Amino acid sequence: MSKENVLEIRDLHSSFFTDSGVVRAVNGVDLVIPQGKIIGLVGESGCGKSMTAKSVMGLLRYPGRIESGSIRFMDKELVGLPDKELRKLCGNEMSMIFQEPMTSLNPVLRVGRQVEEAILVHGKAEKRAEAKKLVLDMFEHVGIPEGEKRYSCYPHELSGGLRQRVMIAMAMVCRPRLLIADEPTTALDVTIEAQILQLMQKECRESGMSILLITHNLGVVAEICDFVYVMYAGRIVESGSVCEIFDHPAHPYTRGLLHSMPVIGGDQEYLYAIPGAVPNLLRLGAGCAFCGRCEKAQDRCREEMPELKAVGEDHFSRCFLHETEG
Amino acid sequence: MKRVLKRLLSMIPVLLGVMLLIFIMLRIIPGDPVSILLGEHYSQDTIDRLTKAMNLDKPLMQQFFSYVLGVLHGDLGVSYIMKRPVTDIILQAFPHTVKLAVMAALFAWVIGLLTGIVAAVTQNRPPDRIFMTLSLAGVSVPIFMVALALQYFLAFKVKLFPLTSDGSLKSMILPAIALGWNSAGSIARMTRSSLIEVMQSDYIDTARAKGLRRGAVIFGHALKNAMLPVITMMALQLSSMMSGAVITESVFSIPGIGRLATDAVQNRDMPLLQGTILFTTVIVILGNLLADFLYAVLDPRIRREA
Ligand SMILES: Nc1ncnc2c1ncn2[C@@H]1O[C@H](COP(=O)(O)OP(=O)(O)OP(=O)(O)O)[C@@H](O)[C@H]1O
Ligand SMILES: [Mg+2]
Repeated sequence: MSKENVLEIRDLHSSFFTDSGVVRAVNGVDLVIPQGKIIGLVGESGCGKSMTAKSVMGLLRYPGRIESGSIRFMDKELVGLPDKELRKLCGNEMSMIFQEPMTSLNPVLRVGRQVEEAILVHGKAEKRAEAKKLVLDMFEHVGIPEGEKRYSCYPHELSGGLRQRVMIAMAMVCRPRLLIADEPTTALDVTIEAQILQLMQKECRESGMSILLITHNLGVVAEICDFVYVMYAGRIVESGSVCEIFDHPAHPYTRGLLHSMPVIGGDQEYLYAIPGAVPNLLRLGAGCAFCGRCEKAQDRCREEMPELKAVGEDHFSRCFLHETEG
Repeated sequence: MKRVLKRLLSMIPVLLGVMLLIFIMLRIIPGDPVSILLGEHYSQDTIDRLTKAMNLDKPLMQQFFSYVLGVLHGDLGVSYIMKRPVTDIILQAFPHTVKLAVMAALFAWVIGLLTGIVAAVTQNRPPDRIFMTLSLAGVSVPIFMVALALQYFLAFKVKLFPLTSDGSLKSMILPAIALGWNSAGSIARMTRSSLIEVMQSDYIDTARAKGLRRGAVIFGHALKNAMLPVITMMALQLSSMMSGAVITESVFSIPGIGRLATDAVQNRDMPLLQGTILFTTVIVILGNLLADFLYAVLDPRIRREA
């Protein structure tokens, strides 16, 4: 494993073993997160972004579990790591923030205590008073005004933006090497979104922390990410640097995604939407999962799964088109 | 504080309503209290005198108001049969019922919570299946059957416990189990489903992502949230608990409020019956108030609303 990679996911398969069949939510994902970079993971709802993140954090719930593959964090293999060892890393060396700041904080506990818990469980402070001081410092750091007062607030007493800041404080308080942010701004309005993104970017620059940013907002990706992975039906279909992906999108799905982005001042009469719907993960065929919605689909696409192939420098795409085109 | 006061004040119309209801009901049911008291062979003169003494010759409305006035002074009238103030009789019986109820509640909550939690964390595996089958028996077997079965097997056959209560703690164990049995079952089932639901919440993911141990997640984060519906349910069940106390006290001859009520019904002892029903109503209302209070302690969202 290369020294400057914080996380390396190789051929990860995570599935839900339900009564009606096996749902392959993550179906062979490769993903690398270098140190100090912000990596975007985009894709439609239900394509398995959260499940990829939860696989890393060991948060998959019955009937879901990691089937195979490898997740290397720093120098540790996380797949098959005993629970106890994984817990030492979670919230400490790597942490996660969630989409809904409304529901991801415990409604019956004071927010200060919830952040404090992360410090105490990893032994970053001996006494509660000491931990409280760390919490207040962190509150100030993430831009929560009147920290002392907010410390003893309950989540419902805070605005959505403040709650997400509390979540960030909780995730950052042990100075992790990797922060997984699962749609951290989807529930917030645009000004607050910009502030939160700025805050995460600042953390990344100042502390050398890496961020895996999950989103379906390509605008956000363009703004703060260094590298992007595009996911579709449990697989990575394209990856590349932000410039490459935005300037030369290779995969038809990525093109569709970019095409369906509203452009300010653009002359589109209506907003483009990729035709069709996400395939049922229970009934995936042998071929490319996107072929049912792809304008350029050929017979071959329905029968065979294309490999992820280089189409440029540090730019990969999973499509047969490139072979014929190139 | 203001909230508690408000709730206490809102008790007044409820109590007045209950008083009126009991009052009317006891006048409708057949059986003249005077002839019950005297038996059959008395002169009309005696009957009239007694009727007057008991205020039964006055118009119903007036009887009711003098009763309410008495209640306000803590005077619930005099028992026809025992010839003693009803207030005294009830206060004497009350501690027995309290002891029974507290022990039953303790049994119900400890057993219910433990099995509910174990069932929830072993969801759909053998411990869960066993406990849920047991708790189904808990909620569906009628209380008199539980009471009689416990008495027959553990007291009569095995002689582990005394047959009837003598006021000692040991003699209260079987009655407490009998009375708490149904509640233990409901608490277990409700705790299980509530905890399973809470464990699906986003904030449980947050807690786990922090690196907390499973136990810390369950007891520190999930349980408090999971308890809220259980408390509400128990408050609603308080009145059926009270009727359970009537049965339990009869089976084990405990001289509590429930026994007083059965005796009062058998003897047509109206003042005593009125008194016990009124007293029970107050207890149920206070119990609900306590549940509300507990709910507010657990849930900050409710607390601030008041
Ligand atoms: N408990 C479950 N049982 C069966 N399938 C599940 C379960 N949880 C999730 N899935 C499936 O896993 C797939 C991936 O879900 P995931 O939450 O990772 O999507 P996502 O990309 O994060 O979407 P979103 O943008 O809506 O958050 C979904 O298609 C969903 O149907
Ligand atoms: Mg998601």
